[in-house]
Amino acid sequence: MSAAAPLRRSLVTPTTLVLAALVIVGFYFLALRLIYGLGAVTNLNSGYPWGIWVDVDIFIGTALGCGGFSMAILIYAFNGTAYHPLIRPALLGGLFGYTLGGLAAFTDLGRWWQAYNVLLPWHWQPNSIMFEVALCLLAYTVVLWIEFLPILLERFKWLALKRFLERWMFVFVALGILLPLMHQSSFGSVLLSMGPKLSPLWFTVWLPLLFVVSAILMGYAVVMFEATVVTHAFDLPSEHALISKLSKVVGWVSLVWLVIRWADLLNRGVINLAFAGDVKASMFWIENALFLAAVLIFLTPAGRARQRASFLGAVALLGGAILYRLDALMIGDTPVGNWSYFPSVPELMVTIGIIALEILLYLVFIKLFPVLEGVSRSDTASA
Amino acid sequence: MTELSRRQLLTNGCVGVAAAAAPTEALAIARPPKEISPDAIGMLYDSALCIGCKACVAACKAANEMPAEIPPDLSNWNEHTWDSAEDLSGRTLNVIKVYRNGTAEKKDREIDGFAFVKRHCLHCVDPSCVSVCPVGAMRKDPVTGVVSHDPDACIGCRYCVYACPFGVPQYDFNNPFGKIAKCQFCRHLLKDGKVPACCDVCPTGASLFGNVKDLEQETARRLSATPGTSYQFPRGRLGDNRPPNPATIPNYVKAIYGEHEGGGTQVRYIAGVPFPRLGLPTVPSQAPAALSEGVQHTIYQWLIAPIIAFAGLAVLVRRRVNHAEGDAGPKTKGDRP
Amino acid sequence: MAATRKPDINYTACLGPDPDAQIPSSASVSRRQLMQFCAGVAATMGLSSAVGVRMAEAAISPARPPVIWLHGQECTGCTESLLRSYHPTLEALLLDVISLDYHDTLCVGAGKQALDYKHAMMEKHKGAYILVTEGGTPMKDGGIYCKVGGKPQAELIREAAEGAAAVIAIGSCASWGGIQSADPNPTGAVGTQTVIPSKLVINIPGCPASPYNFLSTVLYVLTFKRPPELDRENRPRFAYGRLIHENCERRPHFDAGRFALEFGDEGHRQGFCLYKIGCKGPETYANCPALGFGDVGFGSWPVGTGHPCFGCTEKDTGFRKPLHALATVKTLTPPTAFPQVNAPEGAGPTAGAAAVLGAVAGLAVGAGAVLLKQMGNGKKNASDASKEQG
Repeated sequence: MSAAAPLRRSLVTPTTLVLAALVIVGFYFLALRLIYGLGAVTNLNSGYPWGIWVDVDIFIGTALGCGGFSMAILIYAFNGTAYHPLIRPALLGGLFGYTLGGLAAFTDLGRWWQAYNVLLPWHWQPNSIMFEVALCLLAYTVVLWIEFLPILLERFKWLALKRFLERWMFVFVALGILLPLMHQSSFGSVLLSMGPKLSPLWFTVWLPLLFVVSAILMGYAVVMFEATVVTHAFDLPSEHALISKLSKVVGWVSLVWLVIRWADLLNRGVINLAFAGDVKASMFWIENALFLAAVLIFLTPAGRARQRASFLGAVALLGGAILYRLDALMIGDTPVGNWSYFPSVPELMVTIGIIALEILLYLVFIKLFPVLEGVSRSDTASA
Repeated sequence: MTELSRRQLLTNGCVGVAAAAAPTEALAIARPPKEISPDAIGMLYDSALCIGCKACVAACKAANEMPAEIPPDLSNWNEHTWDSAEDLSGRTLNVIKVYRNGTAEKKDREIDGFAFVKRHCLHCVDPSCVSVCPVGAMRKDPVTGVVSHDPDACIGCRYCVYACPFGVPQYDFNNPFGKIAKCQFCRHLLKDGKVPACCDVCPTGASLFGNVKDLEQETARRLSATPGTSYQFPRGRLGDNRPPNPATIPNYVKAIYGEHEGGGTQVRYIAGVPFPRLGLPTVPSQAPAALSEGVQHTIYQWLIAPIIAFAGLAVLVRRRVNHAEGDAGPKTKGDRP
Repeated sequence: MAATRKPDINYTACLGPDPDAQIPSSASVSRRQLMQFCAGVAATMGLSSAVGVRMAEAAISPARPPVIWLHGQECTGCTESLLRSYHPTLEALLLDVISLDYHDTLCVGAGKQALDYKHAMMEKHKGAYILVTEGGTPMKDGGIYCKVGGKPQAELIREAAEGAAAVIAIGSCASWGGIQSADPNPTGAVGTQTVIPSKLVINIPGCPASPYNFLSTVLYVLTFKRPPELDRENRPRFAYGRLIHENCERRPHFDAGRFALEFGDEGHRQGFCLYKIGCKGPETYANCPALGFGDVGFGSWPVGTGHPCFGCTEKDTGFRKPLHALATVKTLTPPTAFPQVNAPEGAGPTAGAAAVLGAVAGLAVGAGAVLLKQMGNGKKNASDASKEQG
């Protein structure tokens, strides 16, 4: 058997109760959206047709689910076998990030009852980057579930099926690296059609590369973040040694990202916009500062050694990458006309509900299925 | 692990150099711009001729069976009869707006003056909306160039709303079964040989319909004529024998909006005040679709790159998995996720 | 809003001991009727009711000047419209109260006798009478195309203007030439001002002129001994300061784009705007929509009855522009309700949304702080020391 085991703790805790309540509230508003339309629940308008549901639940939510992808690259493409213990939790995070991201996408669609059109070959429009994103996202969600299936099979002791699946798992692992490379970079390409509407501080032909690399970074950051929080919350053995090793990789890749970003900005000669003193400029600096903070923490031995520092580094990286997406999609965008947008309370509650559901399902699954390693014998007795 | 960091360093360096050494990558990677169809139809909107009567707004509503739209702050006024669309929306495909400055005393004067502008789809030569729609709900007619929308294909993703450089497509957020709405050049009237409703009713000929080629000549005539001289302004469709509107040439700004914007459009504007004052966005001449399609097809042409990548990854992963199996023995069997 | 100060006129004293008794000089007007009428006139001119009282006083003052009324090339429609007004006091007011000492048409006498009387009046009240001209004046060929008593009208006007305290031209013909001045203007018809360029002529154009515009002006001049505020064409601003388009009851139809396209079509029956069948309202200054004609109630003016305005008051429009040609919409600042370019749209942050975000942020920061504290306490996990992955 693998070193992973279910965390035998009560499913009903104050945390899970609060999360469940938030989920119920969120789904209530989602039901209102289906009955009365997007305008009744959100503040979406013609200047901002994509609000936090698209930006946070889909673009950012799926990037947060890139843990499995990032770890797979490290373990399989770069022979990082040491990181094995982190792959299952990463996969789990990815599972819900993508499944619920897909749910959010579906309910955000204005004509969701015709969503199947994107699967019909006579409606395929290959010039559209969103077309590729939609199909890739669907395919990857399926791949994630297949990759997670052995864990379920292990729990239910269907071992023969598990072994059969594992024979062919290399196909799905390969897809699990290829598909996110495709759609996470395409998330960046989606913005290429914005042209004049997106500030030059973010609009560049290198958007696909910047998006995919920052997605990989978010994957690592999420894994580091989750590992730290979970091991502390449930009093499990710390994974800090692994995290420390990982953070060096992350530090270098983050530095590369910053170098590409800045080389491109300086090359295009648009850095003067960063000194315009407006909201866009301020957000630009905060975003870059967060990335820089992560780089500095992860590339200094002291930063890597201390748990606190590496946790903060992961948070900074997450913050920077999340802000990068928010900026590129919404804040850096200047719609035609004179538009304002701020999410309404129901809109926020739906997003919070979806995030709460992700966390809740994660907590439930780590307690029901063999995901976490380092779960000691004593923990297998009920708490 | 030094092996890891050395590799990373190499990758860093290569990518960094690549980024620095590609100044014109934006233009080079874009696909070639689309050409306008020789039989393209279009519209000329002359803001200086427009008197803001909104006959075109009313006619468009009637022709497209769109409901009235009452602004919220006038909703209790005059027994709900005040139909005044304030902007394009899910129920308004064409709108007239006014630019006012200072005392707004004189028409078509930039300072202390006012001018009218008509906003609706410009039927671009290389439309962003057609390029970005994942299900092909937006289509451009290869002969007339009319950009049409099919609500039965549409999934409501609103990428067209997000991407249009002119802010044209509108989603009807207030309807749970909302559609995307935009001017379709009255194609249901065009097929019967009729003129689009807005051009049909315009009393002064400010909205003029015709072939793009003919309209270009008409535009050139107006811009080159001396302001103040009398001119017979055609009405309805250019080339029809409707009685023209005898008036005098206004003081135009010597520019045509839509000639190059976003790769060119089939609906063009001339005006007596600078176009940005009228709310017409400044759009560079490269069509955004050309760039995004260029990048996408460079990466994914015939899916060659993904297929090769997949093959390579499958081999790599298989090898690593077998390697791990062989090395660590039975214990690691269950380590494979 | 309460009145800020009491008017300094004693209305009871004005009305006198018996308000309904006839005024001595009139056979059919009582003081009360006079006061009512003048109050209405004052309102039309945008003046206070106190002025109305002063006008009434001036109108019946024994010192009031007479009015000499001359006719040139005209149809007498302006006089007729005055007489046709359904205001029982008006005709009587004009003829009895304001001493209309000489009127070419209405005077009882005729021929030499009438003209002699005119000259006698002009002599007697020299420098004090009000001269009213109705109709155009031909100037071609020495002005022979209109003569009264053997003298060309131009000469008659010059003669009468000499001793006039004020000259008022009633109707478009007297204001700028009117119908006979339409192309090719064979008689060289012009307005009164052209005949006597050195003297101020107050123009009350219209075809016919509104009797109330005329009468209000006369009463004003009687009361204040000076003309009311005039525009560039010497037309009183209270009546000619606004375009018909600005006051038209069909304006909402124009603003919403609803037009009649033909007489009798659906739009015409619905009372839609007549711009497209040639209404010159957008380039014509007058107050017809407010006053109407003939005192038969609301809508008694051309547009109200379904025919486009033809711009009768305007020199370059009436009898010049074809009836069904489109009007030039004169400089007219659009109403503030007209949708503006770059008007702000969309919703900004609300207190509720900010609160929710604040709560989420606070929770995250709080939880993070707790976690960091835990880590900082060096709290080692159970089997931390022994755990080392290869």
